[in-house]
Amino acid sequence: MNDVQLGMPQLPAPDYPADVRARLEADAREVIARYPGSRSALLPLLHLVQAEEGHVTRTGIRFCAEMLDLTTAEVTAVSTFYSMYRRRAGGDYQVGVCTNTLCAVMGGDAIFDELKRHLGVENGETTEDGAVTLEHIECNAACDFAPVVMVNWEFFDNQTPESATRLVDDLLAGRTVEPTRGAPLCTYKETSRILAGFPDARPGAVEATGGAGPASLVGLRLAKGETAPGRSADHVVAPRTTADGPAEALEGEPPSGRPDTQAPSGHPSSHDAPQETSASDDQHPAGPIAEEGE
Amino acid sequence: MTVAAEYGGTRPGAGSDPEKLLEPVLSAFWDEPESWTLETYRRHQGYEGMRKALAMAPDDVIAYVKDSGLRGRGGAGFPTGMKWQFIPQGDGKPHYLVVNADESEPGTCKDIPLLFANPHALIEGIVIACHAIRSNHAFIYLRGEVVPVLRRLHEAVREAYAAGFLGKDILGSGLDLDVVVHAGAGAYICGEETALLDSLEGRRGQPRLRPPFPAVAGLYACPTVVNNVESIASVPAILNKGKEWFRSMGSEKSPGFTLYSLSGHVANPGQYEAPLGITLRQLLDMSGGMRPGHRLKFWTPGGSSTPMFTDEHLDVPLDYEAVGAAGSMLGTKALQCFDETTCVVRAVTRWTEFYAHESCGKCTPCREGTYWLVQLLRDIEAGKGRAADLDKINDIADNINGKSFCALGDGAASPIFSSLTYFREEYEQHLAGRGCPFDPAKSTLWADNDAHLGVNA
Repeated sequence: MNDVQLGMPQLPAPDYPADVRARLEADAREVIARYPGSRSALLPLLHLVQAEEGHVTRTGIRFCAEMLDLTTAEVTAVSTFYSMYRRRAGGDYQVGVCTNTLCAVMGGDAIFDELKRHLGVENGETTEDGAVTLEHIECNAACDFAPVVMVNWEFFDNQTPESATRLVDDLLAGRTVEPTRGAPLCTYKETSRILAGFPDARPGAVEATGGAGPASLVGLRLAKGETAPGRSADHVVAPRTTADGPAEALEGEPPSGRPDTQAPSGHPSSHDAPQETSASDDQHPAGPIAEEGE
Repeated sequence: MTVAAEYGGTRPGAGSDPEKLLEPVLSAFWDEPESWTLETYRRHQGYEGMRKALAMAPDDVIAYVKDSGLRGRGGAGFPTGMKWQFIPQGDGKPHYLVVNADESEPGTCKDIPLLFANPHALIEGIVIACHAIRSNHAFIYLRGEVVPVLRRLHEAVREAYAAGFLGKDILGSGLDLDVVVHAGAGAYICGEETALLDSLEGRRGQPRLRPPFPAVAGLYACPTVVNNVESIASVPAILNKGKEWFRSMGSEKSPGFTLYSLSGHVANPGQYEAPLGITLRQLLDMSGGMRPGHRLKFWTPGGSSTPMFTDEHLDVPLDYEAVGAAGSMLGTKALQCFDETTCVVRAVTRWTEFYAHESCGKCTPCREGTYWLVQLLRDIEAGKGRAADLDKINDIADNINGKSFCALGDGAASPIFSSLTYFREEYEQHLAGRGCPFDPAKSTLWADNDAHLGVNA
């Protein structure tokens, strides 16, 4: 539930322990130096504090504010705008199922439903062991690989409910998981450090899974005179609807799909569910203050 | 070809021979084992365009790109050279190049595979563009949700610095250039160029009022060019192979090559690089058509924000003018194809949920309008809608379109208008307790697997 507290303001967030603070400050200065204006470093710094704690805490917000000479209210306003900043602790592996239209239609809804059932969690929730946070995500620019599942923002292409279930089972069991495109998975915190602008130093991470994915190469292969893989002899190519109605073949279509993988008719989506409110800025309270008229 | 005949006639002279119709340029060597490395790129004439550009005066580079006719590949199609020309010169302020790599438009999937397979095309284009607009600092604003691409960009920038293609006095030209790869944090609106600039300045990604345009007051209120990845990545080939070569492809007003992204219920989804003006029919003919046993129902020419088309539009040349004349926009050339198993109400509802989720909240028509569209569409989809609701969603869309602060609102209205135009009957089938007549299981990637096993066994 939303942890909205009205009334007494919270005490200022505690600082990081001195050694952590010193390490993060060094990182933060390196990031800030890349930009002509220091505030440009805010998004990377928010990724950096996620790399430390796994989500954006009040301590992390305070740290960003102090590094950039902003108020915690200003930092909070930014951190709550962007969907990649977690507002509460989550799993080591963030499993995101694309349920934007194309992936949803191609099976993303069925995959998401199956994972919710299999893991016993709802959108945005984490498994009890703290391993996996499940969520549905928006279009991730891989529509030619639909349906797509992202784990810690690495691509798992052309998924099915069965393959996605195996995937989360592997994550829960602590097995090494390799994406279709991307590097062998690291934890959510380690991923956040890359996002903060610190290149992945693991050997082989850049090279992993090779060049372009298969779908990216379809046009190139055709242009070179090779045959497209999905081409088969019995396909029907988009016949126009005639005066008699749709093409004949559609009527006698055999039943398809597995009963347990069908999406519900309602396609519930929690896009507009209320998000948790951020912790208020204790140093700059928005409520009545006793200056004027006193 | 018998395949072509099934469409009901082909245009004169329009065959489906992929070797003639396709033109891989940016994608020409994506099939090499290490296509993303500097070494591979240089084997394919990488950084040759940069050498030619650095030998030219900056204004001449701008004129050259302008003469080539290159238009923005991010959706709007604004001439790239003209955008560069708008940068005031001799103003004493720093100039910035910001590359928009926030590819998030539903259906759009061209920049991400391009950067994954060939990031140096972008880096080289950045050097050329910065030389032209006299900039010493460029930013690549990459959406955060694509870490594999972020790794390759980090590596490409590192390689380019090591080779002397970035940094101080590039190849003795006197040009100093720093490039920063900046990861976003999840917000579709940051693909809007002024929202992107606010985000890059460390703020909530909300669009700015224009004028002033970014060319005058962009990043840190300094003259700034914001270009799409594919636009900038196309520049090196133009410099290297010549503007005449570029203009020999496509049409007078839409010259050149581009990436078309085919997705959905097609036999072979993927990237198809071709001269502007190819048709969806040609692309389907050469690539195996729709998935076996199905036919095209509706498709988007350039992402969900471009009004949808139907099988009536298979022969519309996919360039800026022809798609516009047919009532839509070329957009990002994201050809999302849906077959007859797909419920158009479901598709539009989901897109609308996306726009509501991604609305930044700055302006009322978009913030409130998208919210209420979602409420009405969910009711309609669930069979709880009334006949008047169809006019109501049309009316709300009309109150968003052209009245919102930025193009996100217009984009949200597009699927509503176009689906009501082509599929009003299908909406009506959902009304008054009837609900959705479609079975979503039939639309899935695996829907026909069992059936085909049965046929073939």
